[in-house]
Amino acid sequence: MSSEGAVAPATRPAGASAAPENVTLRLWRGDASGGAWVDYVIEYLGGEVVLDVVHRVQAEQAPDLAVRWNCKAGKCGSCSAEVNGKPRLMCMTRMSTLDLGEPITISPMRSNPVIRDLVTDVSFHFAVARRIPAFHPGPREADGTYRMAQVDVERVQEFRKCIECFLCQNVCHVIRDHEENKPAFAGPRFFARLAELEMHPLDTLDRRELISRELGVGLCNITKCCTEVCPEGIHITDNAIIPLKERVVDARYDPIAWLGRKIRRRPSPTPASVTAALSPAGASGEVISTDPAPRATP
Amino acid sequence: MPEHETHSLDVLIIGAGGAGLRAAVESSAAGARTAIVTKSLLGKAHTVMAEGGVAAALGNVWPEDNWKVHFRDTMRGGKMLNNWRMAQLHAQEAPDRVLELEEWGAVFDRTADGRILQRDFGGHRYARLAHVGDRTGLELLRTCQQRAVSLGIEVYMECKIVRLLQDSSGAVNGAVGFWRESGTFVVFAAKSVVIAAGGVGKTWKFTSNSWEGTGDGHALALWAGADMLDMECVQFHPTGMVWPPSARGILVTEGVRGDGGVLRNSTGERFMFNYIPDFYAKETADSIEEADQWYENKTDFRRPPELLPRDEVARSINSEVKAGRGSPHGGVFLDIASRRSAEYIRRRLPSMYHQFKELADVDITVEPMEIGPTCHYIMGGIRVDADTTATTVPGLYAAGEAAGGMHGANRLGGNSLSDLLVFGRRAGQHAAEHALGRTGDATVDPAQVGSVTDHALAPFSREGENPYAVHHSLQETMQSLVGIIRTESELVEARDALDELDARAASTSVEGHRQFNPGWHLSLDLESMLAVARCTTLGAIERKESRGGHTRDDYPGPSAELGKVNMVTRMRDGAVSVSREPLPEMPDELKTLFEEAH
Repeated sequence: MSSEGAVAPATRPAGASAAPENVTLRLWRGDASGGAWVDYVIEYLGGEVVLDVVHRVQAEQAPDLAVRWNCKAGKCGSCSAEVNGKPRLMCMTRMSTLDLGEPITISPMRSNPVIRDLVTDVSFHFAVARRIPAFHPGPREADGTYRMAQVDVERVQEFRKCIECFLCQNVCHVIRDHEENKPAFAGPRFFARLAELEMHPLDTLDRRELISRELGVGLCNITKCCTEVCPEGIHITDNAIIPLKERVVDARYDPIAWLGRKIRRRPSPTPASVTAALSPAGASGEVISTDPAPRATP
Repeated sequence: MPEHETHSLDVLIIGAGGAGLRAAVESSAAGARTAIVTKSLLGKAHTVMAEGGVAAALGNVWPEDNWKVHFRDTMRGGKMLNNWRMAQLHAQEAPDRVLELEEWGAVFDRTADGRILQRDFGGHRYARLAHVGDRTGLELLRTCQQRAVSLGIEVYMECKIVRLLQDSSGAVNGAVGFWRESGTFVVFAAKSVVIAAGGVGKTWKFTSNSWEGTGDGHALALWAGADMLDMECVQFHPTGMVWPPSARGILVTEGVRGDGGVLRNSTGERFMFNYIPDFYAKETADSIEEADQWYENKTDFRRPPELLPRDEVARSINSEVKAGRGSPHGGVFLDIASRRSAEYIRRRLPSMYHQFKELADVDITVEPMEIGPTCHYIMGGIRVDADTTATTVPGLYAAGEAAGGMHGANRLGGNSLSDLLVFGRRAGQHAAEHALGRTGDATVDPAQVGSVTDHALAPFSREGENPYAVHHSLQETMQSLVGIIRTESELVEARDALDELDARAASTSVEGHRQFNPGWHLSLDLESMLAVARCTTLGAIERKESRGGHTRDDYPGPSAELGKVNMVTRMRDGAVSVSREPLPEMPDELKTLFEEAH
C-alpha cells in the first residue's frame, strides 16, 4: 500500500536467536487490601523494554492489569516500578539487560500506598509540592530583559531536568520504611526543587527556615540512594542536598554571609556594545560563557 | 443513575498540558472558580515530549526578526490554509508569553550577553526558538504547572471525561467523567468549558504521541455539535525512531537538523537537494557548499534543504525508502556524528544522546541515527474564533492541538509550544469572562448524566471483543489507508472499514471491575479515536489536492480552488458529514507581506 512506503518489516537484531523466546513476568497484582505475585509467560520479541512486554501481557492476557505510563520515552516519569527489586522506569529498562532465564519480578513502588497492581498513590509528593513557596524574581533590567549567564543557569537547569518519576522519593530510607517521617520531610525530589530555587540567579526569597524546620533536610544522612536511581542523572545529593544543608547551617550562624552570596551571584548586565557585536556564532547556537563573577561556593 | 459527586465551577478546563495550564492560570487570575481535569497525573502531559523549542520573534539572535516575518513563515509553512488572524495573534503575542514564562521561573539557555538564546528550525527564516537543550516542553510544562500550583488552582488528576453536558439551548454547562483510580463517576457543573486535551496520534500505529493522544477533546466537541476544521491535515514528523521495533515512532527532535545534522540515504548521499520544491527554491541552498556555510552566515547564504518544512522532508524520506535507498530498518540516516564534535552534540542534544543510547544502543556522537516519518500532530481541529477561542457551541472554548486553524495544512516546529501559550491564555481569559457574566451556578440535567454513566458502564455488561484488538485494527487501518500518502480508493476503503470498526467498538466487553481498569478506559478512548478517524478520512476524501500534511497520490499538486476552503466536519443526528467552507479573507496590508521578495 502506498502509505506504507517508509515502513519496512522489522528484522531481528544481529546475534539474536532466530527462535522466539518465552520469558516469565512475575507481576505483583492486588490492591490496598493485599495481593500476590502472578506469573505470565509471554514471547519476547527482541529489542523490547520492560514496559513493552507488560503492555503485551495487558493486551493479550490481563486487560485489567493496572499500570501507569504516558510517553514511553523516558521523558514523563510515569512508569516507575521496581524491576527485580530495583526502582526503574519500565520504559527505559531494556529486556536484554535482564536475565531472561529467570522470572522478571515487577512490583509497585514500595514507599507509596498501593492503589491497584503497579499503580500507587503518589499524592504525598503533590502535597509537598504545594508547600514550597514559588519562584519570586526581582525586577527586570531597564531594557525589559532578565540577564543571566549560561554558566549560572546550568546549575539550575540540572535540577529542572527532573521528570518527577519519584524514584528518588521511593528509595529514600528516611521515608521508605518510615511513614511517620513524611509530614516532616520533603524528600530528595523536593530538595532538588528547593536547591533550584535557592540557586536561581533571579530568585529573591529566603526559604532556609522552611527547609530546615519544616521540610527536614537535616534528616538526610547522605547515603546517595536517590542519586543512584535518578534516570536523569541529577546529582541530587552532591549538588542539591549537601549545598542546602550548608546554606541552612550558614544561615543560623551568619546571615550577612548568606546575603553577600545572594548579591554576588547576580551577573551584572552586559553593556549594549556587547549586544550589538553579537556575532553569528551566537546565531548558530554556540553558547559562549561570559560569566564575569566567580561562581558562588555553597 | 450510579452515585456520583458534583463539583460546581465557573470554568472547567479539560487537559493539563501547556494549553490547559496556561488557560487555568489566566482564568484563575481573572477571578473565576477554575479547575483542571486530566486523564493523567499533573506534569505528565504530552507537552513534555516537545523538544526543540518555543518559536517567538524575540530578535535576541537576529535583530531583523519580528512578528511579520514569523507570521509570514507560519502562513507559508501552513500552505496558506491557516486562519490568518490566529497566525497574526500568535506571531504578535508569542514573545510576551515567553518572557512571562521566565518571570515564572523558566530557565532558557542564554546568549553570550545573558538573554534568551534562540535556535534554528525548519521553515523559520531566523533562529527563533527559545529553548532549554532539547527538553523545552518539559521546561514549559513544569513552569506552568508550578505557576498553577502556586495560585492554588484545583487539579483533578486521573479523571477521564466521557461526555460534555448541555442545556436545552445547546450551550455547554458541564461534563461527566470518572476517576480512573476508583471507577466512580464525577459531574462538573461549569459555566464555561475549555477543551485543551491535545492530539490524536494513538489513532495511528506509528506515532510519537503518548497513550493520552486519543482525540478526546476533538470527540467531545464533535459530539456536542461543534464544527471541526481540516481534520485531514495530519503531520507526519520526518524524524521518528525506526529501530528497535518497540521504540518505533518516538520523536527525534528537529533540533538535530537545526544544529547541523543532515539526512543521507543508503549510498551516503545528502538526498534532500533532490527534493527542493519551487515554492522554496529561492530561499534554499542548492549545493552542499552553500548549505554548510549557512550555519555561520545566514545573510549571504541560503538555508540547507534538510530544514525545509516537515511535510516536505517527510515526503522526501518516504520517496527515498520507496526507491530502495533506505536504511536497514526502513528509514534513512540522520547524521550529526560526522558534522559536529561529540562534546557539542552531548551539550546541545542531551535527551537525544540519552534516548538513542538507552533505547537503541546507538551512540549518536559516533554513528548516524536511523529515522523515518511518525504521526506527530494534527493541524486540523475544533473550529474556533481567533480572538476568543470560542467554538461554534456556546460556552465551549478550545486551545492548543485540539483547536484547528492556526497551523493551516502544516505546522512549523516550535509553533506548537507558542500556540499553547498564546491561545491557552486567550481561552482562559474569554472562558472566565463568559462565566463571570452569568449569575448563579450552572445546573445540569440528571437525566443526561444518567444516560452518560449508563453508556460508560455498558462494556461491563455485554459480551464482545477485547478493546485492545479493536484498537489494533483501527491503528492498522489508519496507518495503511489514511497515512502519509493517500489515494481515493484507499480512503473509501478506510471509510467503509470505519463503519465496521464502529460496530466492533460498540460491542467491546471488559474484564474485571471498575478500579483502575485500563481495558475499560481503552473501550471509551476508542470512541474518541473512531470519531477522529472518521473526520480525518472524510476530510481527506473531500480534499482532492495535495497540501501540507495532506498528500494525495491521485492529486499530486495543490489546487487553487481548494486552497481557499476549509473542510468542515460536523455531527448531526449521529452522522458526520463534510462540507467546503471559505477561508476567512486576509486583509490587504497582510497580503503585501507575501509579495515582498525573500
